[in-house]
Amino acid sequence: MTSVDLSASSVRELNARLHALPADTNETAWRIAEPRGAHAVAAGLTVPVSVEIDGHVGYYCGGMNQAASVTINGHCGTGVAENMMSGTIRVRGNASQCAGASGHGGLLVIEGDAGPRCGISMKGVDIVVGGSVGHMSAFMAQSGTLAVCGDAGEDLGDSIYEATLYVGGGVGRLGADCVEKEMTTRHREMLSALLERAGVEADLSTFRRFGSARRLYHFHVDNADAYR
Amino acid sequence: MCGIVGLFLKNPALRDRLGARFATMLAGMADRGPDSAGLAVFHDPVPESGCKLTLFAPDPDHGWDALGSALAAALGAAPLIDVRSNHAVLRMDGTAHRIVDWLAANRPDIRVMGYGRSIEVFKDKGLPEEITARFGVEEMGGTHAIGHTRMATESAVTTEHSHPFIAADDVCLVHNGSLSNHNRLRLRLRRRGLRFESDNDTEVAARYFAHRLNEGASLEEAMEAGLDDLDGFYTFAVGTADGFAVLRDAFACKPAVLAETDDWVAMASEFRSLADLPGVDEATIWEPEPSIVYTWSHAGAS
Repeated sequence: MTSVDLSASSVRELNARLHALPADTNETAWRIAEPRGAHAVAAGLTVPVSVEIDGHVGYYCGGMNQAASVTINGHCGTGVAENMMSGTIRVRGNASQCAGASGHGGLLVIEGDAGPRCGISMKGVDIVVGGSVGHMSAFMAQSGTLAVCGDAGEDLGDSIYEATLYVGGGVGRLGADCVEKEMTTRHREMLSALLERAGVEADLSTFRRFGSARRLYHFHVDNADAYR
Repeated sequence: MCGIVGLFLKNPALRDRLGARFATMLAGMADRGPDSAGLAVFHDPVPESGCKLTLFAPDPDHGWDALGSALAAALGAAPLIDVRSNHAVLRMDGTAHRIVDWLAANRPDIRVMGYGRSIEVFKDKGLPEEITARFGVEEMGGTHAIGHTRMATESAVTTEHSHPFIAADDVCLVHNGSLSNHNRLRLRLRRRGLRFESDNDTEVAARYFAHRLNEGASLEEAMEAGLDDLDGFYTFAVGTADGFAVLRDAFACKPAVLAETDDWVAMASEFRSLADLPGVDEATIWEPEPSIVYTWSHAGAS
């Protein structure tokens, strides 16, 4: 176990050490103390190490993650796991806006609530939220899965291309081109597997599925007058 | 960008150290606003028959004593003057508005930063640590304070364009964001006779809330009306003689974190400013919801 105290060392020094690790490193377990809301903690990791952060972090924690497993024992500011590619990021507390924004792959678990725009422009990441998400979540989502055990705020899935959205609680007004879809046995099985992978327990029977109506994909000739 | 902070002390035993705690919070937002910084601190109210004004003199050679004598001669009451860098806090008998009007007519070089019975407002160009050192904030006591670190987007970097902006007696405002309908709203308020000190968007919000309060609205009602009338992005923190309020616009792009213990309530743009508060590890910490007015008051609390 390698321990780093961020009241004694800078985030830049910590991240430089993590970025310098070879793929076959023996230093696979890291514990970070006193993050004190710092930005970009453990961002840009590329090797399969495990990083546990004790406390609240600021913006973009675990951003661009590849292969690493990052756990935050606290709350997160804007953009946790932004553009993550693979690996796992787990937030024990709440996350602010734009959690998992534009993520390409991997798994983001937020055990508490996530703020507005969770999963905005997601491109393949799987996101599981134990609590609720704010407005405009999965805005322009392109691929991947967002599972929300609690409620989803207004304009869920606005301008969604693809991606699968599951919500266990209440749903506010749906965003443009986002529609409710049938929750088949196959979807229930996929959701069950995802929740199990995330280590989140929830009553599967309450979940509904949402996705794209695919009406905004192409130019529609009936709209031609709008462009004159 | 900009950073805003607020600290509201519930436990009277902590009041002697308000300034020291608050200076650390303001310094925590230096990255978000290196252009200028300012704060409003509420403490040591003057009796009901009197008032307190914070004035700013751009000319360092201007004489505060001469101003005091001129005020005494004109208004029949001599002020007690506490000079802090290029600002001074005046305590005197009578209403603040009489003095504000006299200054506007006779000393247009002097800018009124704040007025009321409790409020003192200090703001200037520079990093927050420079500002708090310049005005001796560390040594200040008080019941609550709000502050701002500015990264200018809408208007010039000057002392006058810095936050907080006074809205009415003992009411002031800090703002993270930018308003898009401030020119039209300023025109509307000017037609109703309101005076403006700058072309800054936040000043419009401050005057708007003051206007609503003058019409008889409570602080909460005034801020809820703002949800309809103010267009743009904002997280606001408002301080009044005995209260503290936070409001985010419906989009909630501009960040805010609230933390509360039995002893205090604190608000900041980011957690970084809260990290040094005593007992923060046990505090309830949450992100304020969009379009919800959060208020706290000393009335009945102590």
